[in-house]
Amino acid sequence: MSKKEEILQKHYKAVVIGGSAGSFNVLVNILSKLPEDFPLPIVICCHRLKHVRSGFIEALQIKSKLKISEPDDKLPIKKGEVYVAPANYHLGFEIGNYFSLSTEEMVNNSRPAIDITFDSFSYVYKNKLVGILLTGANKDGAKGMKSVKENGGVTIVQEPSECTIDTMPKAALAITQIDLVLRVDEIIDFLLKLNKPV
Amino acid sequence: MEELGITELKRLTEVIHQKFGYDFSGYAMSSFKRRITRIMELKKVNSLDQFIQFIETKNLTKEDFLHEITVNVTELFRDPSFWRVLKTVLPKTTLNSPKVKIWHAGCSSGEEVYSMLIVLKELGMIDMVEILASDIDSSILKKAKEGKISLRNMELNEKNYIRYNPTGDVKQYFLYDNDYAYFSKELLSKVTFKEINLVNLQPFAKFDMILCRNVMIYFNQNLQNQILKTYHEMLQMYGYLIVGTKESIIWSDSANKFLTVNTEEKIYKKYKD
Ligand SMILES: C[S@@+](CC[C@H](N)C(=O)[O-])C[C@H]1O[C@@H](n2cnc3c(N)ncnc32)[C@H](O)[C@@H]1O
Repeated sequence: MSKKEEILQKHYKAVVIGGSAGSFNVLVNILSKLPEDFPLPIVICCHRLKHVRSGFIEALQIKSKLKISEPDDKLPIKKGEVYVAPANYHLGFEIGNYFSLSTEEMVNNSRPAIDITFDSFSYVYKNKLVGILLTGANKDGAKGMKSVKENGGVTIVQEPSECTIDTMPKAALAITQIDLVLRVDEIIDFLLKLNKPV
Repeated sequence: MEELGITELKRLTEVIHQKFGYDFSGYAMSSFKRRITRIMELKKVNSLDQFIQFIETKNLTKEDFLHEITVNVTELFRDPSFWRVLKTVLPKTTLNSPKVKIWHAGCSSGEEVYSMLIVLKELGMIDMVEILASDIDSSILKKAKEGKISLRNMELNEKNYIRYNPTGDVKQYFLYDNDYAYFSKELLSKVTFKEINLVNLQPFAKFDMILCRNVMIYFNQNLQNQILKTYHEMLQMYGYLIVGTKESIIWSDSANKFLTVNTEEKIYKKYKD
């Protein structure tokens, strides 16, 4: 059995995706391919313009059948929905399965920071979490991926040669034994098979 | 450094309670954990036991601890669209009372209060209000009272103001030197600053407007619920409650006693006792 098949045998509770420069189109692509009844929640932490509060969700929503929103603090998470970290807030998660926002100092020059989201979700979901890191121009997310791995979750990075800017996946690969390095079409295929062991 | 588990965090809140007399058991554990980890890194402490020892041997004063554990990040005119809406709401508060009482609970270094003063000044309402600004963190309150903002932060503040009012000039409310901008002493004199802990808050006055923005995100639902109940008691009928743009009161027991004035900007109005 391949590593990928082995991973797909198990059951998961959430997918977290991090991305920066170049990731917007990748996210649009991924979200457009997932069915309405996708069996897990998807949480996205993506670097974005601090003062552009609206427009981002709308743009992601156009091609997707899934409900996409920015969670308010304390919102309980639901499967089949997509949640995006709001501009100028860090997005965390609480035991009890609800979102937790914070305006703490920036991390890696970013708020939202991918490290915080990944770290916080892996603390709660442990080995039931899938972490995916996409294209990006800084090192945010590398430590977060490490936490996902250390907590027993699955780590996936976008194939660096396919990235607009490969700094982010490479930084993760440098400090963690990443489970899978996949192209976007393979990531989509992987997601479509999640929680559907044959 | 080892990762802190929930039992360890609970143990720590007990030690903190005993040592400093502050109860953090109602805080949101995800951010609380990050703050604790940050302090431990700052103080170069590697384990929970070492940290507890550090606290108990007084290597950390209460003031220092409160300053480090709280998140003080704030901006002048944070969320410019909120301030545009608030500008249309404020004149309505004078319908209820001749002297409008406003409370900023969790004012941090004061930027939210300065923004309020500027809007009130622009509305010609500055002599109709009484403002209370409070925080748990005495060192940040001291800063708020001084009205001194480093120029490094003024760039963002000025950009925010322009988004709120493209034709205005925020510089007129400040005096500048090489390193700092000093907020107008005249406007500042309208504010009373006070140290108030929102944990176990008891009603102490009545207000026409309470702003508590980006403070209760650090609390768990239970504590939020208690505080919202007290805010409800402390508001005049038809008084306004305002929380941060990414917070909601819909999960609280008091939700049905408020009307939503603006969904996006999280402005509510008390309409039931
Ligand atoms: C992120 S700041 C919010 C500042 C401002 N309201 C804003 O939205 O920009 C949060 C503030 O809440 C204060 N705070 C935290 N716990 C508190 C408590 N128990 N009682 C009163 N203030 C508290 C902190 O000291 C900090 O200054």
